[in-house]
This record gives sequence, structure tokens and C-alpha cells, in this order.
Amino acid sequence: MTEDKRWPRLGFYVCHCGGNISDYVDVVKVRDALAEEPGVVVARDVMFACSDSSQNEMIADIKNLKLDRIVVASCTPRLHEITFRNVADRGGLNRYTYYHANIREQTSWAHRDDKEGATVKAIRHSRAAVAYARLSEPLESIKAPVTPSVLVVGGGIAGIRAAIDLADAGIAVHLIEREPFLGGRTAQLTNSYPQDSKGSEVAARLIAEARKRDGIAIYTNAELVGLDGYIGNFEARVKLNPRYFKSSQAKTSLPEQLGGEAPSKFDYGLSKEGPVLMPPFSGAYPELPSLNMEACSEDCARSISQAYGDAVDLHQKSESLTIRAGAVIAAAGFDPYEPKEGEFGYRTHPKVVTLQQLHRLVELKMLKDVHNIAFIYCVGSRQVKTGDEDVNEYCSRYCCNAAMSISLVLLRMREELGGDLRLYHLYRDIRTYGRNEVLYEEALKKEVVFIKYSEEDPPAVSAAGGRLTVTVKDLLTVLDDKLEIPVDMVVLVTGMVPKQSNDALPQILRVPKGADRFLLEVHPKLKPVETAMAGVFIAGTCQGPKDVRETLASAQAASSKAAGIALMTQLELDPFVASVDPKMCNLTKACAAECEYGAIEFKEFPGLGEKAWVNGARCKGCGACVAVCPTGAIQLKGLSNEQLKAQIEALGRKVEI
Amino acid sequence: MVMAQQFEPLILVLSNTPASDPGIDFAGSRHIHYPAMTAILRIPCSAMIRPDVILYALTHGFDGVCAAGDGPECPYLGADCVTRTAKRISEAQNLLKEKGIDPGRLRMSGVCSVCGEAFAKCVRNFSNDLKKLGPQPKPDKPKSGAGADR
Repeated sequence: MTEDKRWPRLGFYVCHCGGNISDYVDVVKVRDALAEEPGVVVARDVMFACSDSSQNEMIADIKNLKLDRIVVASCTPRLHEITFRNVADRGGLNRYTYYHANIREQTSWAHRDDKEGATVKAIRHSRAAVAYARLSEPLESIKAPVTPSVLVVGGGIAGIRAAIDLADAGIAVHLIEREPFLGGRTAQLTNSYPQDSKGSEVAARLIAEARKRDGIAIYTNAELVGLDGYIGNFEARVKLNPRYFKSSQAKTSLPEQLGGEAPSKFDYGLSKEGPVLMPPFSGAYPELPSLNMEACSEDCARSISQAYGDAVDLHQKSESLTIRAGAVIAAAGFDPYEPKEGEFGYRTHPKVVTLQQLHRLVELKMLKDVHNIAFIYCVGSRQVKTGDEDVNEYCSRYCCNAAMSISLVLLRMREELGGDLRLYHLYRDIRTYGRNEVLYEEALKKEVVFIKYSEEDPPAVSAAGGRLTVTVKDLLTVLDDKLEIPVDMVVLVTGMVPKQSNDALPQILRVPKGADRFLLEVHPKLKPVETAMAGVFIAGTCQGPKDVRETLASAQAASSKAAGIALMTQLELDPFVASVDPKMCNLTKACAAECEYGAIEFKEFPGLGEKAWVNGARCKGCGACVAVCPTGAIQLKGLSNEQLKAQIEALGRKVEI
Repeated sequence: MVMAQQFEPLILVLSNTPASDPGIDFAGSRHIHYPAMTAILRIPCSAMIRPDVILYALTHGFDGVCAAGDGPECPYLGADCVTRTAKRISEAQNLLKEKGIDPGRLRMSGVCSVCGEAFAKCVRNFSNDLKKLGPQPKPDKPKSGAGADR
């Protein structure tokens, strides 16, 4: 170990990550190489740096070896930088003197094909972190006030659940829903497993709870168009589209002449709707109708005026609303997969429907005289990538359970359907995980025939001779011949896809999408509802396929994370802002011209005259000013030009192993 | 016959915290391989890159520098981030020409937070191009120890 009076006394820890790092990086060589670095008085390799025992060892080293700095080489700083800053804190060091080397995501996992190369790179990254830490200076976090409210984007069950929980914690909630009514997709379900409750009843119960709470401001026909600001202080721009109906005196039944011809969105095209949208289910909110002006001609407007009188105001305009919030929950939901025309006979045969349509058919009591129904599983899910086109490689997870559950409903209502009922489930695999297995067990005992098909040879749907027939090769029998099953209806068990209509949302929220195009969490296990945008959380199916229960659980997780911010009296922000050495400033003012935030002001300094000065409360720490300063007078705290060059020198230095 | 060891260029990636750094993490998480002769240095935003920092890297052991831009979704500067980063890069390229260094040793590439594959491809291509340029002359004596050269 090197003793060097010129440098702070450093402790270096390289993590095995239980093999995640040490299988591909020789951590002992990393440890030994770093032990040679000036200032490093202790270098250790540890199995899990984030474990309590390793953290305690670091704290003991700080005390026993009189360390001034610690450096950990492990996973991405997005996971554990804060963990080790807290260790520094607990050991009595300044938390911002800590630095982190990323040798898992950016080293061991990326170079599993090259252990020597990965080891060399890990040494470079570790040396750079040590070079940084040597020059790091104690800093104090910036205290910022917090707006004590939360914006919830999406008024389906996830958004409503989150709003209720936040209101119960005493937090003001702004709940915005783009559609005219709350309830989301759950309200469209005729039953939701496991308890067989009607989706609209689940939604209505949550809506009633939300309405009991004063702290929830609900906006419908409200669209998020922009989001500025940062964790603790967001400012959302919301467009409120006119509803035109203003009084609950409005009639609940439509005048005859206003019946429309447009396919109903709520009923997935199985019924027609006109320009006046009535609350779609019992317990819907608002109880007011909403007028779709785009579908309303002049004649129509005249009839509406006559029919509804003072209950409507056809001159309403859209309004802009600014909502301030300390945190944001995205609960924007999903779209059901829409099969392509002709995919398993969809849209080419009227008796081929999606799982979502089946729910509406049952709910609207439109099913009559059906005796044989084929369910084809995994439609739009678990697709195999063949070209450049995006496909849905994921399993939509809820559909097996939903297909079982609605089949049991159909079997219970067989008398209504015409007595004799047989269901054929054509599946790739059955994934009725967890408690949902009982649904499968029950279906197996009833008149449900399970036939396993191969994705290479999927079932074919034909309507030759006016008879709907499904042809399938049963993988589990030895028969070479395909089965031909005459049916009255085919149900495509369609999965979930990211909402198509709000593809601008990720950009507005500044939240990345995953490879599946759903909104992406920071870490599936460690930060499952947090996003790369601090203060923005994700709930429900905008993150990926979930069932009702999982959606509500994630909504409660997101609401408690958001509450954690909204309830803070003040927020501690990283102090990595720009600052000026007035002695070096020669007043070119290039920095001020570069700053997006007006953070650079000019002040009189005693004995120096007018010089640049940074308003730390306004500075975001991007460093754009640093790039244009001719003298290097303006630098970032936490990343000085000297620290930057010291890291480059350490990264570029030759490594002998 | 003894083959001369093939030249593997060392690349410095200046990676911005909001976009490219999670993007490079993402490449690793998906086990997408790219040359290990890369060193990744985290900075807040690509618009902070000073031309002299790039020159410093190319005279301190690196054969190439890749500036990974935040792209138009930069949380600090929005779409203007791209324009500003491009300006820094062209200033840096002029500086390199002045110092007799091939400006092809500096490359800018937008790497979004889920652009793991794009990042790996960019590094592979850059590495191949740098092989054609050959090694960037190293300082006479490798300086050792912290604080050297300051």
C-alpha cells in the first residue's frame, strides 16, 4: 500500500457482485492494481459491496485507518451511488467526496467475451474514480422547497387507486384523464379474475372512493401536453378540451335523432355511438355527458340545443391549465393488441372477435346461439422477430388467466347461450401463474378442450362453405392429421401493447421506453416504479402487461414513492452546479449567453470589479457554460476541469496485468 | 512466424449522464459486445465538452474520442443540445487540425437511454476506422501517478 502525504487517504473496494463481475473481470488483479495507486491505503475485494457487512467494513476502515475518501467499483452508479454516499456519510466523511466506478454494466456484462480486456477496462475505470476522489472536495447539498402535491396522469384504476392513497396521506392530487370519463380499460371488462367481479364495478367502487376525498381534483377531457421542471417542482401544461355539457340536469336518454353511426370506442366497435357520449357504465364519473364536436354537424348542434337547452354550452373553448406538483405518476394504460386484417380471420369474418370484444359481447348480452367457441392464445404476444419491424416478443401475462376466467363465466351462462356449449382452447403454453392456477384446474374439469399448437404451425381459421372452421395440429397427440373444428365463434386471446394514441407521452415525461416500447423502470427489482426521470413514477400497464391486481399493487407502490417526495419539507439536491473563480474571470460574458436558465449574473467583487456569479438555485449543472469560458474561470462543482483531466489521464494510462 | 500484435485502438467515450450513460448500461445489461478497449467517462451533458479536453485525451493515451450526445431529449438544453454539442465538436476538430491530429479521431454520436445496440455498433465502426488511422503517438514517457501533468 502506498503512503503518500500529498494525497487524501483512500479506501478502494472492488465488488464481485456474486460472480456478475468476478466471472468476467479478475477482481483480484483490479484490487492489486489499485493498491499501487498513490493515496490508496487499503484495497479490498468484496463479495457484495452493497451488503450490510461490506458497508460496515468500509465504515470500520474509515475509522480505523483514518480514511478521507472511499471509492467503490461495482454496478452502475444509478443503482448504488447513493448507497455508498450514505456509507461515506455514516463513516463521517462528506457524501460528495465519494466516487463510483461502473465495472458491471459498462464492463463485465459488456465484455463477457474478453476477460483480459474487461479486467484492463475495470482497472482503468477504477483508477479514474480514484483520480476523481483524490481531488473531490466536500460539498453541501442544495436545499429546495417541494410542491406538496402530485400529478397523476391517467384516470384508469391505477391512477384512481394512486390518487386515493395520496389523498389519504394528506397530499393534494391532480388526476387528469384524457378521455371524457374515468375508469379506463378495466371498466370495459365483464369480469375480472380472480373474484369474478365486473370491471365496471371495480372501477365504480374506486371512483366513489376518490370522490369522497376533498384532496383530489379530477380533470377529464384533459391532456398532458408538456412537463417542465424537476423532482420536487414540476410544472405540467394540461389542455382541457371542452365537454360542452355543464349541468347534471342533462337527460340521460338520447333524443332519437342523435343516435350515431360511429363505432363505439367503449364497446370496441360492437355498438354505435353518436356525438353525445353518455356515461358508459353505472357509477361512471363525471355523470355529465360529453359532446364530441368533431362528429357534430350544424344540424346536430341545433338538435342538441333544443334537446338539452341550458344544460349545454356550445361555445365552450379548450383551456390551458398549469398544474404544479412535486412528483408525477404516469398511469396512462395500454391498448389491446389489434390483430391485422385477416389475422386468424379477424375482420374478414364477423364471428372472429378479440378477447376484449368478447367481454363486451357478454356485457351487452349479444351472445346468442353459440355452442362451439375456439380460443386462440398468444395473438399479438410472444411474436418472433423476423425482420426490422418491431414485434411483441413479450408474454402479455394476463391473457391465459383472462381466457380461463371468461370461459368459466360462459359455462355458467350456458343456458342463456343456447344450452349446449363446448370451448376449445388452442394454446402455445398455459401460464396461469400463482393463484390463477385454480382457474385452469377448474376449466380442466369442465367442458373445455385444451389443444397445444406450435408457433411454427399456428391454427388456421376458414369460413369455406359458410361454416367457420378452425384447423389445428395437436402437438400432444400422435395423430399426423390436423383437427378440423367447426365453431360458431373464434376468440383471439389478444395481449397488451403500449398505448398507440399517446406515443408522445414518453417524450413529454422524459422517461425512456424499454425494448418492448413500454415505459421503462430504473431497475426491475431495486427500483421497480421509479424512472430515469427523478420524481416521475410509473403505475399500471403503461409499464408493461399487468392484470387488475398487479396494476393496483404497482399503483400503490408508485403512490407511496410519490408521497415520499410530496411530504418532504425540503428536497436535498446534488450540489453539482457551476461556480466562478472571480479572480480568473475576464468578463467575456460568454457563459451568460450560453446559459438556458438565466443562472449567471454579474456582481461587483471587492477589489476585482464586475465579475460573473452563478445563482446556484437556478443552475441545473449541465456545464454548457464551462465549455465556452476562455479562461476556465467557470467550472462545475463536483466535476472540475482538473478532475476531468485527472480522470482522462487515469483512463488513458497503460495497464499491465 | 510471429504475427505482429494487431493494433487495438483505445477509445475515450465522453458519456452524458441522462441519456448515453443509461444507454451504455443498457448495452451491458443486454450483453451486447463491443471492444473492451474503451473507457467511459461520465459527464452531465455533452454540451459541456471543451475542445481542449479532447486534445488532452488524444495526447494522453487515447487513439480516439467519441462524444456521446444527449440528443434532442436532453433534460438540460432540449433540442438545442445537439446544435451546441456539434459546435463544440467542430471547434475541437479545428483545434486538432491545428495540432496536426487527424480530426477523424473525434466522433460525435447520439446515444439515447435505450440505444444499446446503436452504441455498440458506433464503437465497433469507430474502432475499425481508427485501426486504419493507426495509433495516435503517445507521450514520450508514460506519466505515472496521480496529478501528473497538472
